[in-house]
Amino acid sequence: MVGKGFHGREHYRPSGTYRFFPFRFTRFEHRILAVNEVGEHLFLSQEDFDDFVGKRLPTSSAVYADLKGKHFLFDSDALAPFGLLATKYRTKKSSLADFTALHIFVVTLRCEHSCGYCQVSRVSADRERFDMSRETADRALDLVFRSPSPRVKIEFQGGEPLLNFERIREIVETAEARIRSVEKEVDFVVTTNLAMVTDEMLHFFRDYRVCVSTSLDGPEAIHNANRPRPGSDSYARTIEGLSHAREVLGHDSVAALMTATRRSLEEPEAIVDEYVRQGFSSIFLRPLSPYGFAKKAANRIGYSVDEYLMFYVRALHRILEINRAGRSLVETYAQILLTRMLTPFGTGYVDLQSPAGAGIAVAVYNYDGDVYASDESRMLAEMGDRRFRLGNVLEDRYEDIFGGRALREIVAESVIESWPGCADCAFLPWCGADPVLNYATGGDLVGHRPTSDFHRKHDFLFRHLLNLYESDADVRKIFSAWVMNVPMTELEASA
Amino acid sequence: MKLAAHAKVLNLTQPVIGRVTTRPTEDRVCRRDEIFLSPNGQAPPELTGFAAWLLPNSEEGVREASVPAAWGVPELGYLADGDVVAIAPNGWTRVLYRRSSPHNTILMTEQCNSYCLMCSQPPKPVDDQNRITEHLRLVELIDADTAELGITGGEPTLFKDDFIRLLINIREKLPRTALHVLTNGRMFYYRRFAQRVASVGHPDLMLGIPLYSDVDFEHDYIVQAAGAFEETVLGLHHLARYDVPVEIRVVLHRQTIPRLVRLAEFIARNLPFAAHVALMGLEMFGFVHKNLEEVWIDPYDYRQTLREAVDTLVAGGMNVSIYNHQLCILPRELWRYARQSISDWKNVYLDECAPCGARSRCGGFFQSGVKRHSRHIRAIEM
Repeated sequence: MVGKGFHGREHYRPSGTYRFFPFRFTRFEHRILAVNEVGEHLFLSQEDFDDFVGKRLPTSSAVYADLKGKHFLFDSDALAPFGLLATKYRTKKSSLADFTALHIFVVTLRCEHSCGYCQVSRVSADRERFDMSRETADRALDLVFRSPSPRVKIEFQGGEPLLNFERIREIVETAEARIRSVEKEVDFVVTTNLAMVTDEMLHFFRDYRVCVSTSLDGPEAIHNANRPRPGSDSYARTIEGLSHAREVLGHDSVAALMTATRRSLEEPEAIVDEYVRQGFSSIFLRPLSPYGFAKKAANRIGYSVDEYLMFYVRALHRILEINRAGRSLVETYAQILLTRMLTPFGTGYVDLQSPAGAGIAVAVYNYDGDVYASDESRMLAEMGDRRFRLGNVLEDRYEDIFGGRALREIVAESVIESWPGCADCAFLPWCGADPVLNYATGGDLVGHRPTSDFHRKHDFLFRHLLNLYESDADVRKIFSAWVMNVPMTELEASA
Repeated sequence: MKLAAHAKVLNLTQPVIGRVTTRPTEDRVCRRDEIFLSPNGQAPPELTGFAAWLLPNSEEGVREASVPAAWGVPELGYLADGDVVAIAPNGWTRVLYRRSSPHNTILMTEQCNSYCLMCSQPPKPVDDQNRITEHLRLVELIDADTAELGITGGEPTLFKDDFIRLLINIREKLPRTALHVLTNGRMFYYRRFAQRVASVGHPDLMLGIPLYSDVDFEHDYIVQAAGAFEETVLGLHHLARYDVPVEIRVVLHRQTIPRLVRLAEFIARNLPFAAHVALMGLEMFGFVHKNLEEVWIDPYDYRQTLREAVDTLVAGGMNVSIYNHQLCILPRELWRYARQSISDWKNVYLDECAPCGARSRCGGFFQSGVKRHSRHIRAIEM
């Protein structure tokens, strides 16, 4: 009892009925998972859920308070819940405000590797034909500087971009000179197999703070099987280049990602262990994308989405074991999904946006000056379909490329809030659109959820990650560290 | 340590505020701001120009004083150069500022628009708006090298214009001093007021704002004010919009513990801009005694809830501190978040604490907490 002169709790409780905020729900094992408009979730018993939607929930119950605190319901004309929801919605979608932040320069199509999963490279000595010219690079850079984003990232890709190092040097130096007179930050990253890297290049990367991203598909046998090159020495060259790059740039300036082929599926643990052995603090498990490789290769290296998910679950299990033993190792895709699930923030990852990130979060400047809405878009073009070509840096103005019909159509048709099968999916606030994938696999931008591999994969991953998070305090700790992007020790007790 | 006492006075017709000094300057203009302190009774060569003469432990020569004089307050014998003292004509002598203390605060007003169940400093319905004159004077006298200054109440933002005036004065006179304001944040529901505070441009300002639940009716019950949650939460967002740093303060008691983890989730999701979250033990002052059964809970009994709430906040990227908790009742994992937060004139230790190996790192107790404390206080072997 409160003292004299104070009101009891009942005095402050709402008396009327309540109304619903937008939310979505799904059956989750024996409970109901409810997710609100901005991605906050609650598990409810079937009984509580029935009472909630039947508007029979008593205001004195803990479930009522839970649902109110997480903005599933409101019971007065107070403005705060609306204000908070609006702010949270803006925060989740804040990357839209800055427009295109990632600018990919394909400085050459040439590569000395001939990976089965890659269609966008040529083993060729014809520089004239497959390298980006100085003029093309300059014009592309003009477009980068037109982007309203206050912080842009320029990523060099190929082919093997180091085969046209001179162009990289020019672009970096020119961009650095230009930011002295404009309010813009520029980050650089080069995606390279490291096989051809030299001291000169590394010193340049160090001086201009260019990050290096490389490919490591696993232990030597898997890596070399996936990534053939003359001499079958891709693994040895990558490892040598890696240690060299770390020496010059610092250990953490080099990241790696892996692509799983049919061969990889058998050995998830060995692949994860290889990343630990090589001293990486993260691993990005990626399936094959269905663009790059020829149909005939599909039988040899391809697999079904369910086969991939089996692989992913095993690899993630291994990664969690390693973290439990005290060694921090982040799985990058889980990190992206968990950030979307567990934090008020969005992610910049272009393949999980709504509207889709293609063109508005990322733009690709191909070696020949063509501008594409995404890396996948130019792969599709290499296969003969230029549907997602936005224009050409030598022929078109910024307004025509980034405000033209091609991009407007992608954006208008890639809002998953309006897609059949997505609009009422509980996971919508955590998910995103990949219209280029839908088009490549099904012929239209919207796609068909019941048969979509993208849907199958994400429905499975959201459930799997939630299950792990719910069932195990250690995993909660590990996932929290991933989401915050800090080593686990930062979250650990050390009195 | 007493911060006020009744002195005998002479020649005092109006209130005097001054900076204490034991070293007389020749500069008469400076002397107008100074109260000459005779700790052991030695009279200065001459007193002309001083605002007053203060003799805590003596009355030697005081009858001949040519300036206002106050004596017979041995409780204030600790006063030293740079401290600021106010002497009323009736002899009531208050220490407004101690240069050696890291915990100086300005009590803006005793009035408040909330009436919290566990308020440690219950509001008084007095008309004290004219206190602002004293506060502005105090700011002129405080040492410019003061590291931190607090503003508290009551509710310091009740008189909005005075509050802004005080902030501007502090920014001008004490540009190197960190300023920490304890406010319920309700006034910032008015966006324009949040904007005005921001436009003062204080370089090191932090507003400490309490939030007690993720649900409006629970918070409103605890602060005994319908609509308070609405005002505080929107106020926090208005402050964030204008980049005014805020700290969320949660007092842990029987009414806040049941939803503490949900509150932690709420803060991480809705107030991620907060620079700091302080989880604070109950002070056994004021209204706590009126509502003891309603608010008292042995901290030992909520330690697992506290741990879960801290984990949730930390996982949400929040910067967390635990205040007013003894280390022996906290899980070891939480020690790194525990701060020795109790103001230096308030904290004490129990007999049980004498052999404790963690004592030097422990915040101890409020003086008021000695009578009522956890039943699990014990010495720790390190």
